[in-house]
Amino acid sequence: MNLQQLRQLQPYLWSLPRASGEKRAEVLLYGTAPLLESMDDKVLEQIANVAALPGLVGAAMTMPDAHWGYGFPIGGVAAFDAEQGGVISAGGVGFDISCGIRCLRSNLDLHDAAAHFTRLADTLFHAIPAGVGEEGDLKLNPAQLDQVLQDGAQWAVQHGYGNAADLEYVEEHGRVTGAVPDYVSELAKKRQRGEMGTLGSGNHYLEVQVVERIYDSATALAFGLHQGQIVISIHCGSRGLGHQVGTDYLLMLAKAAGRLGIHLPNRELACAPIKSPEGRQYLGAMNAAINCALANRQILTHLTRSACTQVYPHAELETMFDVSHNTCKVETHEIDGKPRLLHVHRKGATRAFGPGHAMLPERYRAAGQPVVIGGSMGTGSYILAGSSGNPAFSSASHGAGRAMSRHQALARWHGRELINELAQQGILIRTRSMRGAAEEAPGAYKDVDLVAEATEQAGLARRVAFLRPKVCIKG
Amino acid sequence: MPTSSSLYFEHDADIGIIGRGMTVEQAFEAAAQAVFAIVTNLDLVQPSSTLTLEFEEADPELALVTWLNLLLGKSREQGMIFSRFHVQHHDNKWRAEALGEKWHAGLERGVEVKGATLTMLSVKQTGAMWEARCIVDV
Repeated sequence: MNLQQLRQLQPYLWSLPRASGEKRAEVLLYGTAPLLESMDDKVLEQIANVAALPGLVGAAMTMPDAHWGYGFPIGGVAAFDAEQGGVISAGGVGFDISCGIRCLRSNLDLHDAAAHFTRLADTLFHAIPAGVGEEGDLKLNPAQLDQVLQDGAQWAVQHGYGNAADLEYVEEHGRVTGAVPDYVSELAKKRQRGEMGTLGSGNHYLEVQVVERIYDSATALAFGLHQGQIVISIHCGSRGLGHQVGTDYLLMLAKAAGRLGIHLPNRELACAPIKSPEGRQYLGAMNAAINCALANRQILTHLTRSACTQVYPHAELETMFDVSHNTCKVETHEIDGKPRLLHVHRKGATRAFGPGHAMLPERYRAAGQPVVIGGSMGTGSYILAGSSGNPAFSSASHGAGRAMSRHQALARWHGRELINELAQQGILIRTRSMRGAAEEAPGAYKDVDLVAEATEQAGLARRVAFLRPKVCIKG
Repeated sequence: MPTSSSLYFEHDADIGIIGRGMTVEQAFEAAAQAVFAIVTNLDLVQPSSTLTLEFEEADPELALVTWLNLLLGKSREQGMIFSRFHVQHHDNKWRAEALGEKWHAGLERGVEVKGATLTMLSVKQTGAMWEARCIVDV
């Protein structure tokens, strides 16, 4: 991205000035000059298109890890007011609806656990269905699946997958309201038949990590984290059902836009007024897919616990937090001193409520919401906490962001060699896909340290802990 | 000289696919091959089962996205992987066959494709060749 077209407002905040006659809201980009320079110009084009959509409140924004997506850029945040003709966009949520990270803290320390990492890797790899073509053991009939779509992780807990304490630390207590299973197509439901409790592939993972560095001792204490502790992060989403909901509605909304009087700068922005029948239908289906994702991560949490206790009989895994990063959520935000109900799209961006927010569990209310910036399998991830006065509708970065395309990565790395190199560094990878491993090479990602630092300096979230991978199950 | 070919183009996070052929139908077939070659090594897939697909779409670009997404949806629904494709179309009616087999341990695992998007989407004829392209989400 050429920075000459931007205006630097603060050390970590930039804006894109409007061209003469250009009708759109403000565009704000969070990050450092090097991070922004590493982004494709398409990021700017896409977020400027978002800023031209009806009913946008404030500015269309990108997080420090932004990269070129479809419709919205990944790392894009945009809030719309239904009462002002605001829209909901399928491209603003993405295909993997409610993709997110469940982070589990353990009572294990590296010192005690390390001797059994090989066995742990093999046991987890056997227990967690991962990768293309892999199915889970749980097969739901249509009525049961509709219950999952209504009740999310609460369904899973009620059926023996995990415990009630987990739900306290999942967004919306594991169940979003407004889900309408009837708005989810039959094909979407059939796609999910073998995919409940599966990890998927691509950038999805289950990672055993060690807390290597603490940045903020008081918040780490509130989050139950300490140096040397083992934590497990599960990154996945709504699987085939969510992918099909995204597919179905991307086309439906793209076709409907003209009839609904919406000018789309590019039809990949497919959207509809929130109050239109099409908008309400997508909302109902999207919320059902969110519940599917929450249930999926809950089931995987249960499978992970079972696998861990086979290796460490005294292991206890508590849900630290579960946060989604491909969603549209209805939230109240203060705009010009007045509370307004907004539909906040976060496409590859994490919700990051600051200290005192009423929706946070009591344990974290003084500290702020746990935020996870997932890094590559060779570098590490960050736990952060939502900052007071977050200026981006309480949003923050969600990952390192890719530095090179999948094809570039495939040309540069070979899966087996990469896995061997990582093993030399003490990181055990288990995967069925050598292609997938090569595409996810640590060198294909941006420097997660820079993203986390920029996220903190921009006032989006503050660093709490750094996690180093030890075992990684890839799809 | 081959009458169709499957290629790729760059995208930051996902993958751009290209199908080329002497007809729009061949371009769609090649585009499907490009998609499924991301998922597995197609040379190892036995075309032992056939699935028939039909849909209606007047806009050729939206027809490409519909075609690829129907294939992806059906492959996941039925636990199958496809390697060969035959497409016919008349006006806005599209009829196709996808040949492949159920997933098994002998197949290479590539990367799951979540869906075909409207991004960088185009279906056009340049000279004697048709080209169909879009970004697929992986």
